[in-house]
Amino acid sequence: MKEFAIINTRLPKVDAWAKATGDARYTDDLSMPNMLYGALLQSPLAHARIKSIDISRAKRLPGVKDVITAKEAGLIKYGVSPARYDETVFCDQKVRYIGDEIAAVAAIDLETALEAVSLIEVEYEELPILLDPFEAMKEGVIAIHDEFPNNICAEVHQEFGNVEEAFKECDYIRTDKFVNKKQDGAFIEPQSCIAFYDLNGNLTLTTSTQTVHYVQRTVAMVLGLPVGKVRVTKPCVGGGFGPKASANTIELASSILSMRTGRPVKMTFTREQVFQHSRARHQFWHELTTGVKKDGSLIALKNTCHMDGGAYSSFGIATVYYGGSLLGAPYKLPNMKYDGYRMYTNKPANGAQRGHGGVVARAAWEQQLDVIAEELGMDPLEMRLKNMMKRGDTTCNDFNMSSFGMEECLEAIRDGSGWKKKKGKLPKGKGIGVACGFFVSGAGFPIYRSETFHSTAMIKLSEDGGTINLYTAAADIGQGSDTILTMMAAEAIGVRYEDVRVLSGDTDFGVDLGAYSSRQTLMSGHAVKQAGEDVRDQVLEVLSRNFKIPVEDMDIKKGLIIFKKKKPDFSVLRSTYIKEHRGWVDPPVGDELTFKEAARVAYFEKGVVVGRGSYKPGDLGGKYKGAAVGTSPAYGCSAQVVEVTVDMETGKVTIDDMTDAHDCGFAINPTNIEGQMQGSLSMGVGEALFEEIKFDDKGRVVNPTLGEYRIPTALDMPNVNTIIIESNEPNGPWGAKEVGEGAIMPTIPAILNAIYDATGVRVRELPVTSERLFTLMKEQEKK
Amino acid sequence: MKRIITLNVNEKEYEVAVAPNRTLAQVLREDLNLLGTKIGCDMGDCGACTVILDDRPVNSCLVLAVQANERKITTIEGVADGPHLHPVQQAFVEHGAIQCGFCSPGMILSAKSLLEKNSKPTEYEIREALSGNLCRCTGYQKIVEAVKAASQTMKK
Repeated sequence: MKEFAIINTRLPKVDAWAKATGDARYTDDLSMPNMLYGALLQSPLAHARIKSIDISRAKRLPGVKDVITAKEAGLIKYGVSPARYDETVFCDQKVRYIGDEIAAVAAIDLETALEAVSLIEVEYEELPILLDPFEAMKEGVIAIHDEFPNNICAEVHQEFGNVEEAFKECDYIRTDKFVNKKQDGAFIEPQSCIAFYDLNGNLTLTTSTQTVHYVQRTVAMVLGLPVGKVRVTKPCVGGGFGPKASANTIELASSILSMRTGRPVKMTFTREQVFQHSRARHQFWHELTTGVKKDGSLIALKNTCHMDGGAYSSFGIATVYYGGSLLGAPYKLPNMKYDGYRMYTNKPANGAQRGHGGVVARAAWEQQLDVIAEELGMDPLEMRLKNMMKRGDTTCNDFNMSSFGMEECLEAIRDGSGWKKKKGKLPKGKGIGVACGFFVSGAGFPIYRSETFHSTAMIKLSEDGGTINLYTAAADIGQGSDTILTMMAAEAIGVRYEDVRVLSGDTDFGVDLGAYSSRQTLMSGHAVKQAGEDVRDQVLEVLSRNFKIPVEDMDIKKGLIIFKKKKPDFSVLRSTYIKEHRGWVDPPVGDELTFKEAARVAYFEKGVVVGRGSYKPGDLGGKYKGAAVGTSPAYGCSAQVVEVTVDMETGKVTIDDMTDAHDCGFAINPTNIEGQMQGSLSMGVGEALFEEIKFDDKGRVVNPTLGEYRIPTALDMPNVNTIIIESNEPNGPWGAKEVGEGAIMPTIPAILNAIYDATGVRVRELPVTSERLFTLMKEQEKK
Repeated sequence: MKRIITLNVNEKEYEVAVAPNRTLAQVLREDLNLLGTKIGCDMGDCGACTVILDDRPVNSCLVLAVQANERKITTIEGVADGPHLHPVQQAFVEHGAIQCGFCSPGMILSAKSLLEKNSKPTEYEIREALSGNLCRCTGYQKIVEAVKAASQTMKK
């Protein structure tokens, strides 16, 4: 086993000190001289034609500097996927959901801006409201977008193998339906941004985003600016989980307002606006038909999915593909057919959220597999083991499992949870359940069709050699990429953790597609590793010329130069360094040549010492339509066992224990990995048991607060037994791959399977509130 | 009409002129530039704006600044002793209890307040004391571990 100095250790996060003391700055903590405050006018109606907008009273209010509507902002369409650009900054002819943006105001303070918003007069003509996606796709109903007469935003039809033929060979086939509810990201920091367009025509947008690169492109396109004139930068970001992965209205509106006023403009969402903007988990209706052999081998799966998309596409094109493609693994499944439909409705747009598109499909299928195991008289865990893919296997939809520690995960949770002692032996009201899942380690293709690098990195040495500056556009949104990339840079060069200073999340620092699809450890990591090795090689080559020692006879470890053979005399070099830095507090000492001195020599020879790295995935296979959604250089995978107690009188579910094993390829920082696993499980518990955005019949969100939209508190979560499995991914830096999203996959079905074990009731609608479970238990009793 | 009030924040007195409808969270952030106090919901649901007011953790978005007149307030900026982190902060750093960090100031203040009243809390008592502080990143486990560890160091 190779020894590492920095990676594979539990170093504290680089930003932990600043975050523990209150020094860390998030977007809303920032302000600029002469800054204006922006506010939005949003639609009070879910579907209406705009007959007129009168901004004259708002404009006359003292303190108001600008008021903009579609007329001023223009009608350039944008969105996430270029195939479905269906949003404009402000509504033009129509509003499509409660919260749809109509106008924005910039004023000297927020109160004035809000007052001005209230003075804008809009005349509406109400239109029929479509809240149910099945209603929306009926013939003859009103079109929410004129270009989509049946309100079908996207549909996908895929077949791998031949499902109907394969069903003929099956000994057992069953069909089940499953539905979840629309969910919210519920990150604690609401979106916020400050735009400043300066006199040289440069726009700087500081924003709470997961993806500076995509925001830069969208802003440049919508505002008609050259991409090079738009800089997007993020300070600390208070969580994202998907909804912050694309450009939002306040980013565009504040940029336009700043261009028009010449002053910085800040806009921040209220919590209610976070719920209205949404772009979080869709509501999915799955119908799954699975066929197996008597021995439990999986033969075929037919998956039909309908999704409530809300008023705009957002990430929905990708979501509707993921709703099918993410069932291609982790089991050997030769035949799979998928029909997916995403409908427009008059609700806030749905988008990507942790486990993008796959979480509900996974919940539906893993519960069905549990039913099948029982029907066949098999242990559900053993049936999963029997069907499990192995390293090197390729799915029927062409995903190559270049590493796959799934068997190890299953065995680890079986043994770690005491499964064999408990399954089938717990008293009524107590239950145990198992499930598996997998996820991409970075989308194999960018959102727009391009040969672009997915990540670049630059490492620049300071002239004194003592500091290594790592520049990356990767976005740390709390998951810890700054820490992981710092560790990787230090390891690749051979210096200490504290010698590396990371500068990240800024389009000035390079290209990085950002924090989504669990991509940064693998993709940004590759770029950083390469840049680090480049710097290391450059420094060693200079030393080699100076000392006439071959590069291969030297190494760098812990900030010191290791001479494998004879150590040269570097006394002149050292005394020169010390003389040059007379009065400084950190002269190089000790018997070894320090990296600092070596880097100084490199500086003398080169002037600028910069290491460069860039990464894009190679050919990933999959030539069918839609293959771009789901193909990835690597796949992470997890298995979980959950134990619950159900109060048989009330239907209340308590999560007693969770055992989770995740194959992350190689643990760069085990503490961070456990944090991602525990956070994923917590989100899964919320989605399984209580998270649900509720609407009234006018399309209004009735629970747009963190009091009424319940997420797990410290009292809802048990301690989780987290087991890290390392499978050494050949396509990952040092063998590493994802952990951020894969770990949520098994959580919901493992809970559902445990609830069944406790009660004998199968719940096929989320969330499993006490009321829902109680009602189902009563129905069961009657039978 | 603005009112002149005196706030004792982190053992320093501040005289501030405030409109009666301004919350303590707003005044701390906007007038005193103490930006470690976060606003996540502005409705008292999330706990990100937690400060200690006369030895009790409160949501500063639900306290009017005038109500805090002449009272003692501790914000996250007042927890460390110069460059030396408080044991709770140190434990949060070491145990990986911080991810996005947006809930951390409030979480740390709730934990500190608990440990000042109860130096040996049980795990349930810790979870109960933190249950008004929402965290979406960590699943709370490492936060609870950090508070346990801090209670051990503080006892010594």
